[in-house]
Amino acid sequence: MTTVLHTRGLGKRYRQRWALADCTLSIPAGRVVGLVGPNGAGKTTLLNLAVGMLAPTAGTIEVLGSRPAGSRAQLARVGFVAQDAPVYAGLSVADHLRLGASMNPGWDAALAGERIKRLGLDPRQHAGKLSGGQRAQLALTLAVAKRPELLILDEPIASLDPLARREFLQDLADVITTGQVSIVMSSHLVGDLERVCDYLIVLVGSQVRRSGQVSELLAAHRRVASRQASLEDLVLAAMSQPAEPGGEPTLEARQ
Amino acid sequence: MTWLTWRQSRAQAIAAAAALAALAVALAVTGPSLVHLYDTNGIATCSLSRTCRTLADNFEAKLAGTDAILYGVGILVLLLAPGLLGVFWGAPLVTREAEARTLPLAWNQSVPRTQWMAVKLGLVGLLAMATAGLLSLMLTWWSSPIDTAINLSGSTRIDLTRLGPALFDSRDITPVGYAAFAFALGVTAGVLIRRTVPAMAATLAGYAFVQFAWPIWIRQHLIAPAHAVVALDPANIFQIRDVNGSMTLSALPTFSQQGAWVLSSQIIGPSGRPIRVPAYPPCMSGSNNGMQACLAWIGRLHLRQVVTYEPASRFWEFQWTETAIFVGAAVALAGFCVWRIRAR
Repeated sequence: MTTVLHTRGLGKRYRQRWALADCTLSIPAGRVVGLVGPNGAGKTTLLNLAVGMLAPTAGTIEVLGSRPAGSRAQLARVGFVAQDAPVYAGLSVADHLRLGASMNPGWDAALAGERIKRLGLDPRQHAGKLSGGQRAQLALTLAVAKRPELLILDEPIASLDPLARREFLQDLADVITTGQVSIVMSSHLVGDLERVCDYLIVLVGSQVRRSGQVSELLAAHRRVASRQASLEDLVLAAMSQPAEPGGEPTLEARQ
Repeated sequence: MTWLTWRQSRAQAIAAAAALAALAVALAVTGPSLVHLYDTNGIATCSLSRTCRTLADNFEAKLAGTDAILYGVGILVLLLAPGLLGVFWGAPLVTREAEARTLPLAWNQSVPRTQWMAVKLGLVGLLAMATAGLLSLMLTWWSSPIDTAINLSGSTRIDLTRLGPALFDSRDITPVGYAAFAFALGVTAGVLIRRTVPAMAATLAGYAFVQFAWPIWIRQHLIAPAHAVVALDPANIFQIRDVNGSMTLSALPTFSQQGAWVLSSQIIGPSGRPIRVPAYPPCMSGSNNGMQACLAWIGRLHLRQVVTYEPASRFWEFQWTETAIFVGAAVALAGFCVWRIRAR
């Protein structure tokens, strides 16, 4: 299996407005994929379609080869942290772990307990009293401890302060090194993504503008731009350019 | 899943249990003296309907003021409880999670959201039914002496016959059916509207409509009513109207069936057909003498009344039928919620 997520002509319409239209893309397995793009590019809609929170209006989407949220097994294989990392404000940290244990057959209680301890979260604390960073880490703990094959994170660091952001990314880097899990995370903070992602997809107006391994994309970009060009320069360049003909088939050819 | 649902509804379960316990104490304190009054009064063993009526009036006269208030409050509580359960337990069940944006968390555990919905509906729904059931059990037991006395004391308090809207809706098992239905209605409103306050308002309006419309238009059709022909007692006439030279009489039927739910009565002549009573001037005079002459004159017409009614003996048949209908409707609404919320 080489792709964790594959869409063809995928679209989602709210009344008159298309939040995502005719989106065709593939995301390879075994990567930490950064999904970047301007507001309104359809990132959140795409990820919500990928976990079955939304139903597509047009086209198809397959996640790990199956319909999103189509079965118990499929739910167990995908972990999801939604935008702003929602948790139950009235439930304690320990309650959340119990929730995870009771609702996931593959629950890794040792991993969850170890993470909570390492993150310094008080199990008796109500989740509503946690800081934004702690809440995000609790939500990530729930998603990680169910031992998914694919972890989908929607803007996990957008609302965090710089320190919490760095801690979260450090924590995420640990998750990446310890498990065989593919990760797709959306963000508009490209500089931060650079630290954890090894694969990048630039989405503008539902269309893939650039996609590929970060190292290869950077090398190619540095050949045409300056030698010191950063990932952020690359993304900005991709977003401001007109759609690159053949950009998306390149991705398909790579697989 | 069961654990999460229980954890989320624990507070409301405890609140309901505390309220029921407080009521149980109040009823346990006042109940025995009520039973004692009933036992010593002799209604329990009377056989002649005239004696019974006197004894019942006697019982009511001796009733303590607090007991009379508690009796009325009990009926009110049972009439309101199902609607309140629908508004405060049913409507927020899904909307609370939608508004706190916890649905992505709940729906991305390894439990299909149809099961999530079904467990929530089932568990909290049973909690609502148990609350209404216990409330009804306690109040039905406590109120039974007063209910019996009122039903024996005559047909003047038509509202408080066992089959009348107030008592039938607040006794025995029907509150369980109403609670199930109101709760499922609340959840359905929440699933469709997705916002707590509008869903609560819709639940309140919807359930109130059903609660008022049901005894007026639906209940009497559940079991075909019985008919009886009785002689018109002029003393029971409470209204005489002159319409285009003929008189329209309104009279309570002289009806010996205790506790029957009288749906309608029609005045017929000796021949058995509806009759046109010609205007008789003394009836319209407005004076006492005129009225006496009028009633004596009507008495000589030998009028009769066809009474359409539901006998009191059908009480349990009505209770079971109606409870089954409301629980059935609740199950159908719950099924709709599960279907509506499924992943597509």
